[in-house]
Amino acid sequence: MSQVSTSPSMATLGVSAKPERRDIGLRRRYAAERRFRLFGMAAIAFGLLFLFLLLFSVVSKGYTAFQQSMITIPVEFSEQVIDKNNERATNPQKLVSANYPVVARNALAKVLGVAEDDRAGLKAVNGMISDSVRTQFRDMVVANPAIIGTTQTVTFLAHGDLDSAFKGQIDLSVAENNRKISDKQVGWMNTLVESGALSKHFNTGLFVNGASSRPEAAGLGVAVVGSLYMMLIVLVLSLPIGVAASIYLEEFAPKNRFTDLIEVNINNLAAVPSIVYGLLGLAVFVNFAGFPRSAALVGGLVLTLMTLPTIIIATRAALKAVPPSIRSAALGLGASKMQTVFHHVLPLAMPGILTGTIIGLAHALGETAPLLLIGMVAFVADIPGTPLDPSTALPVQIYMWANEAERAFVERTSGAIMVLLIFLILMNVGAILLRRRFERRW
Amino acid sequence: MNMMSEAAVEKALDKKMNDISYKMIGKDVSVYYGEKRALYDVNLNVRENTVTALIGPSGCGKSTFLRTLNRMNDTIDGCRVTGRITLDTDDIYDPNIDVVELRARVGMVFQKPNPFPKSIYENVAYGPRIHGLAKSKSDMDAIVEKSLQKAGLWNEVKDRLHEGGTGLSGGQQQRLCIARAVAVSPEVILMDEPCSALDPIATAKVEELIHELRANFTIVIVTHSMQQAARVSQRTAMFHLGNLVEENDTDKMFTNPDDQRTQDYIMGRFG
Repeated sequence: MSQVSTSPSMATLGVSAKPERRDIGLRRRYAAERRFRLFGMAAIAFGLLFLFLLLFSVVSKGYTAFQQSMITIPVEFSEQVIDKNNERATNPQKLVSANYPVVARNALAKVLGVAEDDRAGLKAVNGMISDSVRTQFRDMVVANPAIIGTTQTVTFLAHGDLDSAFKGQIDLSVAENNRKISDKQVGWMNTLVESGALSKHFNTGLFVNGASSRPEAAGLGVAVVGSLYMMLIVLVLSLPIGVAASIYLEEFAPKNRFTDLIEVNINNLAAVPSIVYGLLGLAVFVNFAGFPRSAALVGGLVLTLMTLPTIIIATRAALKAVPPSIRSAALGLGASKMQTVFHHVLPLAMPGILTGTIIGLAHALGETAPLLLIGMVAFVADIPGTPLDPSTALPVQIYMWANEAERAFVERTSGAIMVLLIFLILMNVGAILLRRRFERRW
Repeated sequence: MNMMSEAAVEKALDKKMNDISYKMIGKDVSVYYGEKRALYDVNLNVRENTVTALIGPSGCGKSTFLRTLNRMNDTIDGCRVTGRITLDTDDIYDPNIDVVELRARVGMVFQKPNPFPKSIYENVAYGPRIHGLAKSKSDMDAIVEKSLQKAGLWNEVKDRLHEGGTGLSGGQQQRLCIARAVAVSPEVILMDEPCSALDPIATAKVEELIHELRANFTIVIVTHSMQQAARVSQRTAMFHLGNLVEENDTDKMFTNPDDQRTQDYIMGRFG
């Protein structure tokens, strides 16, 4: 600022002379502040960059997993192939064990104009069809044997390699004998696409199918149901046990050496590597208690043990944060200790408890290592009906798919990661909403 | 408000004063916080339907003594009380005395207004509800209205009983806390610096209220303000370094105290 012009009226007021300006290091202080802000912004930008890279990598690899190539053509359910000797009335196994892939192969060969005696051609045609038609056609025929001998328009899964090629994931410039799909098959693929017989459909199989060695038929169904069972078990067990333990420790227990020891131990348990909990679960629940291996029940129990310290620590922090004046007010009115806790302290601590619980659950949902040890890393094709049936979990399924060699499993791995992330985001949104719902000011 | 006329109140109180009856008697009361001793053999009696003010410099033990009267010290770890305190004829530290029942008879108002984060109605109704004092909804409504009237808050809040108690101003919150304590119909009300967080206008209202409550309750009040002690109390007790220095009629205390330390403190020479 420039010098202030002293007006005559001010001069007559006798304004005191301005003292010499002191150097109180303002420039240095502001520079330090600007520097700190820059550091902060750089840190956040760095974090966002990595988050973006992660999401970009997962989404760019995985979004194709939500679509699946399917072939829609007229299929003749030839009696010649399914039941040559007409024994289905006497032998119910006949329709179950018939060679349905041949039915599909013949249908596709007819569409593509491959002669019935061209063995090499038929083999190549067969390579375009998913083996899952065996179960699909079997179920159709068993449900309605009248379709034998008729021609139906059916939509069935293309082979995983054809799916990858159709999605442009196979490099066609590689020498023909070094890739999974031949030039002839690529040519047929283009013909089918032009005629509209080969197209992409929303991949419901990804959410309802169980494990399969054929990537096009593999799904997360078992893993989702297994994870759901485990989350329910964790919630039902760890919330009441954790909250009860915290309330007792925080509000009722005498403060002595023994409770100090318990507190230190709980804090340490929260830091124990999860794989140790897996070994504990294997020893106690599977070997000693005799619960079945690979069952969601055991997984849920192990994850409960792992989540308990998190919930106890969060709950105790939430209880501690309730102002002591509220306790005094209730006690001063003659409320008993228990009434004080349940009428006043617990409702005020509820947002913190719920947030801690959901974060603990989200942590448990993403936990893999302990589940490997109790045998939940398994090939389970059927959706588990109860928590005692064998099942897998979402993160374990990701681990297993990441180990598969087929190209089509790459997109499924990323797709499964996206599904897991969506679950986690939903849980966190739930935590925020519950927090808002229960938050009260005092 | 349908209060007794001022003269009638004074007359009734004078009659009470003439034949002194002690509501609470403290004999050789000592309090220890762990190793540290906070009170030294205090002998202090609280007269019925009287406002007794406890004064003294910070850390002198006046709040500690107050909190022994309804055993709020029980909630502090490592706190130990020796000596005898009686309420009427009951020894309140007797193992047979239930502390919950004691606190229903000896209510408390704290330094900082601490309404529950619930509605005004719920704040007042909470005590009667847990003690089962209201048989019906209309009983409860009557208790809430009467308590709020006694606390001089009814006219200000009658149209918003179901709004949050924490939305009131500081002075209103403190009167709400007094209404909450009154709703349980205690015999004694303890007040721990009830006006220290309030502005002068709110303070004046609370003091006026204390004056009126005296007709129905025995009141013990801790205060840092000499003027407040002089205005609201009939008896004053002066504490210093954990000892009871002097207990006397408030008028005498502020004009001609027996103890030099009281004189010095009141004159502002220390504390």
